[in-house]
Amino acid sequence: MVSSIPKDSQSVSELKEFYRQMVLIRKFEEAAAKAYSVGKIGGFLHLYIGQEAVGVGSIAALTPKDYIVSTYRDHGHALARGLNPKPLMAELFGKGTGISKGNGGSMHFFDRNAHFMGGHGIVGGHISLAAGIAFASKFKKEDSVTICFFGEGAANIGSFHEGLNLAAIWKLPVVFICENNHYAMGTPEYRALAVKDVSVRAYAYDMARDHIEGDEVRKVRDHVQVAVERARRGEGPTLIEVSTYRFRGHSMSDPAKYRTKEELEAYKKKDPLMRARQELELGGIKTEELDKMDLEIQNQIDEAYQFAETSPEPPLSQLHKYVYAEDK
Amino acid sequence: MAILTYREALNRAMTEEMEKDPSIYLMGEEVGHYQGAYKVSQGMLDKFGEERVIDTPISENGFAGIGVGSAMVGLRPIIEFMTWNFSLVAIDQIINSAAKMNYMSGGQFPMPIVFRGAGGAGGRLGAQHSQAFESWYAHCPGLKVVCPATPKDAYGLLKSSIRDNNPTIFIESEVLYGSKGEVPEQEYTIPLGLGEIKRKGTDITLVTWSRALGFAEEAAAILEKEGISVEIVDLRSLRPLDENLIYESVKKTNRAVVVEEGWPVAGFGAQIAYLIQKNAFAYLDHPVERVTQMDVPMSYAANLERMSLPNATRVADTIREMLQ
Ligand SMILES: Cc1ncc(C[n+]2csc(CCOP(=O)(O)OP(=O)(O)O)c2C)c(N)n1
Repeated sequence: MVSSIPKDSQSVSELKEFYRQMVLIRKFEEAAAKAYSVGKIGGFLHLYIGQEAVGVGSIAALTPKDYIVSTYRDHGHALARGLNPKPLMAELFGKGTGISKGNGGSMHFFDRNAHFMGGHGIVGGHISLAAGIAFASKFKKEDSVTICFFGEGAANIGSFHEGLNLAAIWKLPVVFICENNHYAMGTPEYRALAVKDVSVRAYAYDMARDHIEGDEVRKVRDHVQVAVERARRGEGPTLIEVSTYRFRGHSMSDPAKYRTKEELEAYKKKDPLMRARQELELGGIKTEELDKMDLEIQNQIDEAYQFAETSPEPPLSQLHKYVYAEDK
Repeated sequence: MAILTYREALNRAMTEEMEKDPSIYLMGEEVGHYQGAYKVSQGMLDKFGEERVIDTPISENGFAGIGVGSAMVGLRPIIEFMTWNFSLVAIDQIINSAAKMNYMSGGQFPMPIVFRGAGGAGGRLGAQHSQAFESWYAHCPGLKVVCPATPKDAYGLLKSSIRDNNPTIFIESEVLYGSKGEVPEQEYTIPLGLGEIKRKGTDITLVTWSRALGFAEEAAAILEKEGISVEIVDLRSLRPLDENLIYESVKKTNRAVVVEEGWPVAGFGAQIAYLIQKNAFAYLDHPVERVTQMDVPMSYAANLERMSLPNATRVADTIREMLQ
């Protein structure tokens, strides 16, 4: 099953870093799920568990000047961008120390400095925002590239078509990454998509396309890299479909009864974390070393949890702040 | 003073701002090669080139989103909707993205974007092309809503809107594009949230904005001959709202009528009536009245269109009744 054993020390350490990020996301979200179930986190909580290789691989193809636009399922993307888990967890807890000062919540992580351009709650609405950020890069003659994540459900909304068409006619430096986890909430793809393969829609916009499996993190990185470089050369956008799976329900309130145990078990066998771990072991990393790493990450998450729990809520005076930009 | 049309005043405001600030661009359907569906951007493509005066396909949601995304990273877009009727397919981007970005990011993303275009009823364009939507947008915190009635105001308010770091809904009146007025030669701006007494009077206050100012002025002229002195408050922007200007006038006249082009139910006039009774109740000699468009979609038939829209006769009749 394991096809890609890291061959040299560089690719081993690269994979180790990807593994670390994926474990960080997994453990962050497991902690978030726990906090949610005891009422410390409100609202929706859409977990990314199972899809980690997509975010980590894709974002690894970027440089700090590039931009990321995410959905309501944004924890993994934010952590893969290297954002500190403390303000992220604090945001989930609705604390003033949160990455969006408690105004955003799970669906709206933002970090201007990290070019993390937000988690957005309206399905597909952010696709044209991403095109807009790419438009600005082109306008300003900066060679930044924007990547935009969305689900296959979002590929059915008008904003997707408008965003892709505009990006294509103007050759904007943007990479559209459809994380196809095969369900939009409870709707399986075959009930929502006339043509199941989202990536072929690229032909409708004369756009480059790609379609890969999302369980192998370095493969995701390599494929996204090609698209990012294409965009950076000014050759326009790419639509990439990455096939993946979410192990949990659509959000914490969804028991996911619309799919079978067998299906879930089959996908769990392709868990990207497990896969990376096996590859690392084949590349010569000892199990104990990986266990130690897992433990360190767990400690980091515990600290983030502690930080979130002990942080103060935002001051009540914040209620009316930020409705309008402060005058400079 | 130069005499300019409303359209020319808008054109001058955009042109001057774009000359000063290279991060401003104008985007919309037909704004470039066609010179603007209502010719507001006449000549701007030649001046600024295709990089800054950008024609789009018909995809309001898409290019509104492009505007918002680009404003997140420092550009200052002016997004033209051919008319505000078509903004409804972009309302998601305006309300869910533009109006919320600064708030939900905890102040990280100011939104220096202007959405502008023609609003209200034109000459017999029928139900889908004759709608005044300022109440819809004024409903939403995070947006600013500007509705100029004169060339002078159009110029000064558009400049302020372009310089503002917040999303501004700038609703031009389709029927006013050709209207003329004095516009000072030297540059000026009009702060958003500052109304103006367009006519001084002592018997009753007319609160209005945009095209309805014309109905108010006409009614005031009719009533003057009957010995009734009307004061007209032109709000110019609904958000922010010059509340004190309204109260000061009502304190003097003790009566108020709101005249607006939009529909009555949940319209902005209802908000003004509420504010007046809440904050100037002791000064009122009569309940606040409203003159609005009729509570129906717009008819194509000339007589029904006329009947639907507010007009000077209805305003004058309302005032006479209130003064009885
Ligand atoms: C315009 C809009 N319609 C409906 C919803 C409610 N909703 C939130 S997520 C979701 C499913 C989206 O599925 P997909 O795009 O495939 O992404 P995934 O959740 O699978 O990552 C729905 C219906 C919404 N947020 N926005």
